[in-house]
Amino acid sequence: MLDFLLRVFGKDSGSSRNVAKERLRLVLVHDRADVSPQLLDDLKEDLIKVISNYMEIDEKALEVNLDTSDKTVALVANIPVLRMKRTGKRAEKIG
Amino acid sequence: MGEVIVITSGKGGVGKTTTTANIGTGLAALGHKVVLVDTDIGLRNLDVVLGLENRIVYDIVDVTHGNCRMKQALIKDKRFEGLHLLPAAQTKDKTAVTPDQMRELCDNLKKEFDYVIIDCPAGIEQGFKNAIAGAERAVVVTTPEVSAVRDADRIIGLLEAAELREPKLIINRLRPLMVKRGDMMSIDDIIDILAVDLLGVVPEDELIVVTTNKGEPAVLDGNCRAGQAYRNMARRIAGEDVPLMDLEANDGFVSKLKKLIGFK
Repeated sequence: MLDFLLRVFGKDSGSSRNVAKERLRLVLVHDRADVSPQLLDDLKEDLIKVISNYMEIDEKALEVNLDTSDKTVALVANIPVLRMKRTGKRAEKIG
Repeated sequence: MGEVIVITSGKGGVGKTTTTANIGTGLAALGHKVVLVDTDIGLRNLDVVLGLENRIVYDIVDVTHGNCRMKQALIKDKRFEGLHLLPAAQTKDKTAVTPDQMRELCDNLKKEFDYVIIDCPAGIEQGFKNAIAGAERAVVVTTPEVSAVRDADRIIGLLEAAELREPKLIINRLRPLMVKRGDMMSIDDIIDILAVDLLGVVPEDELIVVTTNKGEPAVLDGNCRAGQAYRNMARRIAGEDVPLMDLEANDGFVSKLKKLIGFK
């Protein structure tokens, strides 16, 4: 009955409860993306380790950033490749 | 060896001190030896909430600076043998104590008590860092408002960065009728957003104002719904499995009417 009334008065979807949830979700995406430079450096190091198994990269020119736009956060990495390794990690392991 | 639990929130005014007083009193009522530590140096309040403001001689700064022995600064509660308060200093500021001193203090206190419960000041600066320095478990208090939940999220991040993993959440001042109406975030909404485990939910209750006025924690009032919520939380902290209370009971028009005409 209550649900019916809520729907009749159009309160369900536009309720302030849902507005609050959505606003919080957005604001927290930004808050949480505010990571420390230390964390980004650690991430960079790990990335280099993993990628180096497959290709030779220019470590100095490597860029890693969190890009926050309106509704999403993206991890954007620019990794210049110097040379591909022909074998890759799996071949190395077998060999 | 006891356990050190910090009660924190980020945002001010969400009920950290009330929570500390009530959970602490609740644990003491269960027969545990408890000390409540007020780390809000410069803005002490736990003493008035507990009704112990007239008994303060020494404070936390006196203890950490060696002006007195720890036992001299501890105030014994009037109602429970096992309940003690270590008050904050009122005339100093947060820098009067360092995190290292707090760690040492907590280590000493937990030798004597089953539970060391630390009331953290609002904010994320030195006072917060002091309060969490010696803690092993953390409880985050929030209310169903965007500002409080946002700050709780930030605090949870800072706690995890400080190796205080898996903090427990208290949702304070929930109004079930407003949730039903779609005008307040629900328990599930908040848990969803913060992704932490729940310690308890306290319904909005006017009696909290009344009990605080008198300096008697709400857990001692058998009719107080918020007090019931705090009693449950004390039992959960002590390791009991207690289900969430029915928040909607007593909240509706009919039960209010019943109360008014003396049916309850």
